[in-house]
Amino acid sequence: MPNGKPKIETKNLSFYYGHTQALKNLNIVCPEKKVTAIIGPSGCGKSTFIRTLNRMNDVVPNTRLSGEITLDGQSIVSAKVDVVELRRRVGMVFQKPNPFPKSIFDNIAYGLRINGHTERRKLAETVERSLRHAALWDEVKDRLEENAFTLSGGQQQRLCIARALAVEPEVILFDEPCSAIDPIATAKIEDLIHKLKQDYTVVIVTHNMQQAARVSDLTAFMMLGELIEFDVTEKIFTNPANKLTEDYITGRFG
Amino acid sequence: MSQRLMRKKKIIQFAGFFLLRVCVYLVLAVLLLFLYDVGKKGGGAVTWEFLSQAPRRGMTEGGILPAIFGTFLVTVVTAVLAIPLGMFAAIYLNEYARQTRMTRIIRLSIRNLSGVPSIVYGLFGVILFVNTLKFGTSILSAGLTLGLLTLPWTITASEEALKTIPNSYREGALALGATKWQSIRTNVLPYALPGMLTGTVLGLARAAGETAPIMFTGAAFYLPYLPKSLKDQFMALPYHLYIMATQHHDIAKVRPLAYGTALVLIAFVLGMNMTAVIIRYRLRRKRRT
Repeated sequence: MPNGKPKIETKNLSFYYGHTQALKNLNIVCPEKKVTAIIGPSGCGKSTFIRTLNRMNDVVPNTRLSGEITLDGQSIVSAKVDVVELRRRVGMVFQKPNPFPKSIFDNIAYGLRINGHTERRKLAETVERSLRHAALWDEVKDRLEENAFTLSGGQQQRLCIARALAVEPEVILFDEPCSAIDPIATAKIEDLIHKLKQDYTVVIVTHNMQQAARVSDLTAFMMLGELIEFDVTEKIFTNPANKLTEDYITGRFG
Repeated sequence: MSQRLMRKKKIIQFAGFFLLRVCVYLVLAVLLLFLYDVGKKGGGAVTWEFLSQAPRRGMTEGGILPAIFGTFLVTVVTAVLAIPLGMFAAIYLNEYARQTRMTRIIRLSIRNLSGVPSIVYGLFGVILFVNTLKFGTSILSAGLTLGLLTLPWTITASEEALKTIPNSYREGALALGATKWQSIRTNVLPYALPGMLTGTVLGLARAAGETAPIMFTGAAFYLPYLPKSLKDQFMALPYHLYIMATQHHDIAKVRPLAYGTALVLIAFVLGMNMTAVIIRYRLRRKRRT
């Protein structure tokens, strides 16, 4: 298995919506400063999985989790864990760009403000740094006070990435970040993910296999809530060990 | 064949739209006729004197200032009770409460309460506020009774407004490390507020026009002076109108005054509704920039 210090680790992770089991005994290790991709057909539990990593499923009523998830070796599933602090350390970019109906500046500053930072100069610095990091600065630097809804879909998604970066997380989760935007914008975001792994641990859910092959170091293939195969991306796409994986990546189903 | 079918479809569409249009015009016509009637018969009575003086000579002369002032005060009391309580209840129900059998029952009860006849609220107000809590027949009792009457409307309207806020605003805030309350306060309420206020003010306007709930709880038949405290009785526009139209000893003589009162009451309620529209428009525009 791939090298690198494990950042996130799941052991026998299962997840239930009511009586339906959505995740079955998953054992996945996401190494530090690498990109781990989760692929699989629709409804296989990819999104459910990634949303367990920042406890986002807590807001869904009538759900249950068993097994263990650790961040830097510390459990994040127990009731004692401060989910607010967890979510600050583990940022998330959603499937559909979800800018807030505020100005571009206020969108990026949002995470800082709720954490008590109000000093205008520090906010301005962080906003600029985050936007530069998300490769959006040059496009918006003259219109920071405009409503974020005036941006295009791809720009909105990069804004959401910048917003996640502004609170300086350690991990960034991407839940199908390009499924709602065009190919050129997608290419920009993929470039960005490439750069992000210098500083961050990245987990990305995608139903686009080429995308997984392009951006990730490791790939996990899931089906019907089970982990079928988990290995170095190159191995998964050139020489998969499992017949199901091979069938999926060669487009025989899914 | 297909040509005939096309023709048939077009005729059906035309007939349907025509019918819908007729319905709208019918409703509009009734409303305009009503306003015209009240305006014609009461317009002459509405003078500066009518608006600024107390009634005289057994309410056959003078104005309706105590009734205008009374209705205004009662509405303020109603708002003080119904606006915060209704909004907070809606926030709790929509944002915090888990969807259990209990919350379903609570919601159903609230919907049912909005259908309870207003006279029942009046009797309840007498028992609770006038007698048990010893507020007496007063502005306070009447205002609180109207507040209870308004609450189901306020809660329902506020909850509907909260429901229109996309979940992605809430999740987006949570994902950045906001607490639940932070996400609601900064990313839900500001956008739901225009809708919440509109619904609330419409509820208040409805309450301001009610007669039955204030009849036993504080409205007076005839007071030649203005109330001095919340514990005083008061005159109110709807009740005054009721008296002028049905209870006065010389109904024929005071008829123009009754119509004048009706006109003022309609203006009062219309004014409140317009306020709601303006508030919503202002807030929406402010958010957009």
